[in-house]
Amino acid sequence: MGGRHVVVDVLKILATLLVSFAALVVGLKIDKPLPFIAWAGACAVGGWLITWKLPWLQEMIWSTFSRRPRLSALIAALLLALFPPIFVGVFHQPYWVHAATVAGLYVCLALGLNIVVGLAGLLDLGFVAFFAIGAYVGALFSLEFKEVWWATWLAIPLCAAAASLFGVTLGAPTLRLRGDYVAIVTLGFGEIIRIVLNNWDSVTNGPKGLFGIPAPRIGSWSFASGINIGGLSLGSSSAYYYATLLLAFVVAALASRLDDSSIGRAWRAIREDELAAGAMGIHARNYKLLAFACGAASAGVAGLLFAHLQTFVSPESFVFMESAWILCMVVLGGMGSIPGVVLGAVTLSILPEKLRDFEEYRMLVFGACLVLFMTLRPQGLIPARRRSSAREP
Amino acid sequence: MTFDVLLQQLFNGLTLGGMFALVALGYTMVYGILELVNFAHGEIFMVGAFLAMWTLQFLLGSGISSVWVALPIALMVSMTGAAILGVVVERVAYRPLRRAPRITILLSAIGVSIVLQNAMMLLGGRDLQAFPQLVGPEHAGMGLTGLSTTAIQVGGATFQVVQGVIVVVSVALMLGLDYFVNGTRMGRGMRATAQDPGAAQMMGIEPNRIVLITFIIGSALAAAGGTLAGLYYGGIKFNDGFVIGLKAFTAAVLGGVGNIRGAMLGGFILGLCETVLVAGLDVMGVPEAFDYKDAITFLILVAILTLRPAGLLGRLTAEKV
Repeated sequence: MGGRHVVVDVLKILATLLVSFAALVVGLKIDKPLPFIAWAGACAVGGWLITWKLPWLQEMIWSTFSRRPRLSALIAALLLALFPPIFVGVFHQPYWVHAATVAGLYVCLALGLNIVVGLAGLLDLGFVAFFAIGAYVGALFSLEFKEVWWATWLAIPLCAAAASLFGVTLGAPTLRLRGDYVAIVTLGFGEIIRIVLNNWDSVTNGPKGLFGIPAPRIGSWSFASGINIGGLSLGSSSAYYYATLLLAFVVAALASRLDDSSIGRAWRAIREDELAAGAMGIHARNYKLLAFACGAASAGVAGLLFAHLQTFVSPESFVFMESAWILCMVVLGGMGSIPGVVLGAVTLSILPEKLRDFEEYRMLVFGACLVLFMTLRPQGLIPARRRSSAREP
Repeated sequence: MTFDVLLQQLFNGLTLGGMFALVALGYTMVYGILELVNFAHGEIFMVGAFLAMWTLQFLLGSGISSVWVALPIALMVSMTGAAILGVVVERVAYRPLRRAPRITILLSAIGVSIVLQNAMMLLGGRDLQAFPQLVGPEHAGMGLTGLSTTAIQVGGATFQVVQGVIVVVSVALMLGLDYFVNGTRMGRGMRATAQDPGAAQMMGIEPNRIVLITFIIGSALAAAGGTLAGLYYGGIKFNDGFVIGLKAFTAAVLGGVGNIRGAMLGGFILGLCETVLVAGLDVMGVPEAFDYKDAITFLILVAILTLRPAGLLGRLTAEKV
């Protein structure tokens, strides 16, 4: 491959990502309901055109991205780094930086759940429990060692470890169960964790939750004082934004490396046919537990960030609807497909903000959209290319 | 634990169990026919309770307050309404996906749950809605009259009249269902379809019709459960369906999912477990044991699934390769 090809590829990737990024910025900027619906319609028509009417364009985009994954990730990261200056500096809407931070956390959660559901095929309906574990462990640790600035950063591996420990513990009883039963048992576990958090007053402070979680610090600089570049003050939400962006990229990179490794192959084999995988010498038990642990670890770290972003944690952030919501992101985007899951997570976390104009009807509209989407496009927005059309989840 | 406490918890457990069993039947029947966990079933229970509440309020408003007239009418309205709703849900959200992966149906069902919850929140209000209660003759016009409201004292335990109503109605409905499934032509068709849909179709049983009947009966029973729960707790909220749905599913699994008599048994066992265990923990000095009652249910579920995955009355079938 000569140097010219690299330049052409960079241009192709840049053009695609720039168009998507511009569409995202425009979509967020529109704050009237009718123009927004027009914009959403235009996006849908664009996606439909590329998928069904211009297969060569889709193929070109896809092949470029799969040829240079690291380069595309780098360009995407650079574009996304521009997000706070645009919304704080140009549009004066820091709210959207916060919304994007939350979206980033959901990306981490959805990528974690994608390992469990999309790759290993274990239908987990209590995933938010690991998010809760991470959030509470992180919050307790930061509150306990308020004076030490690196305590928060030390809590990162701690949260990941605690969450994966719970992942393995909660995953173990589901090993022998099939599809729907796994779903119900994990759902039950999610609820047990929430009930315990709600009632274990001496540690979790019950329904009131833990508050006053200090902002993360690096030396003497605190997230709360925000980022100042030259004359431009980006506010504290940008600091959280960049931290989340970094985390999301690390999780995405790890998930994609796992996906391409022999572990990822083993997960997919178990998902497709556990008996056949066992016959091929894959130890299903260990790989399933590994999937639970990996998924939980990313949720745990996301939980730590979430606790510090909110400055408080309470059990009501970790209800069943959250688990269902994260699962929706995975399935909507396309199970097992990392770009799909990222797109699903971003869409589903931003869309409700945009549907605020429908006020109390928004969840009604959302539920109806979910049913409609599932019946019309069950394979998700960007289906995984390696995924077969097997019946089992 | 004193005998009185135990007796009291037995009464409460039976009442609770009757309601759980009515909802559990819907899960188990649908699972038996379609191998599908109808996640929106708990919401049908909640919608049924709201329909009954509105009917009772309307009847009370127009001067009909006798429980012998009002309650059957309310049950009929809510069961019919829920049956129609169940059929609509099946048509819209499940039938187009019958050959799709399980997870897609599950999400579609979650979508239905969200829609029903929010629709009821908009129609009925965000707060707990007061459900008409049984009242004595001195409060005529404010509630349902015609039954004595003095509780029956059995030793140191009290057995409320409303608990008797719940046990009688739920047991009657279950006996009716048992006769329908085991004693009628249509019930035989249902059992045949559950056993082998392909073979049943070859014998001239229309599978879609069986699915329709299953959803009608399951939803109607859930609505009856909702009506009784409203009468018992005195209130209903738009998000009440979720927890009862989970518990009823636990009851269905406990009895062996797909097994109708198992679901009835599972409902009563779960109801008794919940009340007796909570009371036991309370007596042993666990603080605020009542707060953990839902956690106990889920622990039972996990224990059953790990130790006896086929349930109490279910038979374990070997996995087909």
